[in-house]
Amino acid sequence: MSALPGAPLTPTLSRKREREQEGEEVVASAEEGEAVVASAEEGEAVVASAEEGEAVVASAEEGEAVVASAEYSLSRLRERVGVRAGTLLAALAICILAPLLNLFVPQGSVFHMSDYAVALVAKIMCYAICALAMDLIWGYTGILSLGHGVFFALGGYAMGMYLMRQIGRDGNYQSDLPDFMVFLDWKKLPWHWAVSDSFFATLLLIVLVPGLLAFVFGFFAFRSRIKGVYFSIITQAMTFATMLLFFRNETGFGGNNGFTDFKRVLGIAIAKPSTRMTLFVITGLTLIGFFLFARWLVASKFGRVLQAIRDAESRVMFTGYDPLRYKLTIWVISAVMCGVAGALYVPQVGIINPSEMSPAASIEIAIWTAVGGRASLIGPIVGAFFVNGAKSWFTQAFPEFWLYFLGALFIAVTLFLPQGIIGLLRRSTKKEERA
Amino acid sequence: MTPELMEAGSLRREAMQARKAGPGSSGGREASYGRVVQEGIIDVSHGAILYLDDITVSFDGFKALNDLSLSISAGELRCIIGPNGAGKTTMMDVITGKTRPDAGKAFFGSTIDLLRMRENQIASIGIGRKFQKPTVFEKLSVFENLELALKDDRGVKSSMFFRLNGEQLDRIGAMLQLIHLKGSAQRIAGLLSHGQKQWLEIGMLLMQDPKLLLLDEPVAGMTDEETQRTAELFLSLEGNHSLVVVEHDMKFIHELTRDNAAKKVTVLHEGSVLAEGSLADVQGNDKVVEVYLGR
Repeated sequence: MSALPGAPLTPTLSRKREREQEGEEVVASAEEGEAVVASAEEGEAVVASAEEGEAVVASAEEGEAVVASAEYSLSRLRERVGVRAGTLLAALAICILAPLLNLFVPQGSVFHMSDYAVALVAKIMCYAICALAMDLIWGYTGILSLGHGVFFALGGYAMGMYLMRQIGRDGNYQSDLPDFMVFLDWKKLPWHWAVSDSFFATLLLIVLVPGLLAFVFGFFAFRSRIKGVYFSIITQAMTFATMLLFFRNETGFGGNNGFTDFKRVLGIAIAKPSTRMTLFVITGLTLIGFFLFARWLVASKFGRVLQAIRDAESRVMFTGYDPLRYKLTIWVISAVMCGVAGALYVPQVGIINPSEMSPAASIEIAIWTAVGGRASLIGPIVGAFFVNGAKSWFTQAFPEFWLYFLGALFIAVTLFLPQGIIGLLRRSTKKEERA
Repeated sequence: MTPELMEAGSLRREAMQARKAGPGSSGGREASYGRVVQEGIIDVSHGAILYLDDITVSFDGFKALNDLSLSISAGELRCIIGPNGAGKTTMMDVITGKTRPDAGKAFFGSTIDLLRMRENQIASIGIGRKFQKPTVFEKLSVFENLELALKDDRGVKSSMFFRLNGEQLDRIGAMLQLIHLKGSAQRIAGLLSHGQKQWLEIGMLLMQDPKLLLLDEPVAGMTDEETQRTAELFLSLEGNHSLVVVEHDMKFIHELTRDNAAKKVTVLHEGSVLAEGSLADVQGNDKVVEVYLGR
């Protein structure tokens, strides 16, 4: 092979390296939360690479191409600085601003954040995690799942079992067993409640149960090369079947009432404002953590293989990659993310029942993702906030029109905004730049 | 159940059982003197890199391939022509593992049984395939397309932590130059012209460093100049790689066989080999003229 065709590749090289560095930095900042330092360094990096870009232009023969690619890497850098700053601001708002406004600003003040608002935002953040998970599997890998609600609910049920055990003897029947079991005249805990007293085991279950179901289901579906709409339909069937199973009293999950009336988590009263705030902060940080993780995944070669699978699976196969493994990995990651979201959702909303597994609930996740914008990581989060914000306003103002609005929104987005809200924003900023 | 059907069924069953019993490590034949069979090593000591024997594929009774036998020598450039529906693409499907034949054998070298492997395994032992319709990753840049095709560990974990090293970067750079896409490295592949996509796909094949390249109509949609350059590229690969070129464009075939008048050309018709020989022989063959060249 002949030598490196020098100059024109250099920006690519710098972009590559920086992208890799970014991976490290993102992980680092996720772990340590020292995003400030990182983003200051980032600024310098931008300057450095701009200079590099110029130097290349001077020496290159194919000037235009190089300028284009230097601009390309600059715009990437700018985007990254933006994301870094946004992440930092979001983290600050969640960890400092929200607790301050909710707990320390007096209730009468305009700046007071009501408990209702805290609960609403916390709930939407859980939804946003689901939308993010959906984006990884749908937006990036091209596999539309209409059964993600089942993973969300399984994570929620795992947490719910623990919370039910935390009630102790404070239930209506003052029994050691959860109320619904007393009602059914059961004398002892069923086998699958065996580890429900342990918080640590519950954390494991939250990850393992959705992960295992996703692994088994995904393995058979992907091995049989079930694709496209057929896959969507069987995921829908899966969530529906699971819902029917959980509706039954004999399965030991509280039938159609599910679990509710939680009292404590880790021995601390769950209704206390400080507990609620702690859960809120944990949820927010989880969302940010998953966002950074997803960014890292998508920016890696793994992420590019996923996009390649979406665009030309046969080419991926004939290039020597085994699509089954890639699909299965991202499918399980996505399911686990949903499970974690469900586990965070249940203590804050205070109830989990089989309706979370209804086909409509899963379809809604897909709608948030589509509305926000597929194949951009911030899009689904925006979508989850936008649709659910609209929902909470609509269901108060015009409760009977909400579903019509949702349907109309989905149709409008599909027809006019294939890239969702984020696509719209990007288009308008690009126009501004050109003008 | 007619007797014929039963007979065909029992034959097929026998073939399947033979396949299941497996060729073992010696590739289904007695090991010859003094050679040790090694897993994953392509044994071309018999001269052939690809060996198809009595391959039959039928779709709902229609025989796309009918007792097709073909052997490609190591380092050979073989052109395959034939009218539409002659089974050219199906033959490639069989070699690359996309279609399982009803009967027959397909070996890569003397020892690797292709019929027991999946598509991605076949690709990673060194058979690269270019599709009839250029298939590249449309949403990724040209550079990223080549990066994905780069010969490397294909595992999930290694691709999560993958970093391009200097040598690999050089390879991609050299390839960009070879396929004349140096200036478009950061362009999104979907924006390339048809001919450029063909080149990109060929580049992706070469990044995998395959021993055998299967090229399905590689110059469709190319300008004359691009076609000329493609012919030169293929001729430069001959010797180090084995190439199978399926093509309709007789001018291109002329171009590929110009340097050596004895170079073999195979004509397929109705799923089996109709004629094989030098281009001049084949064009003079009455049967060929009748089914294909007869105008």
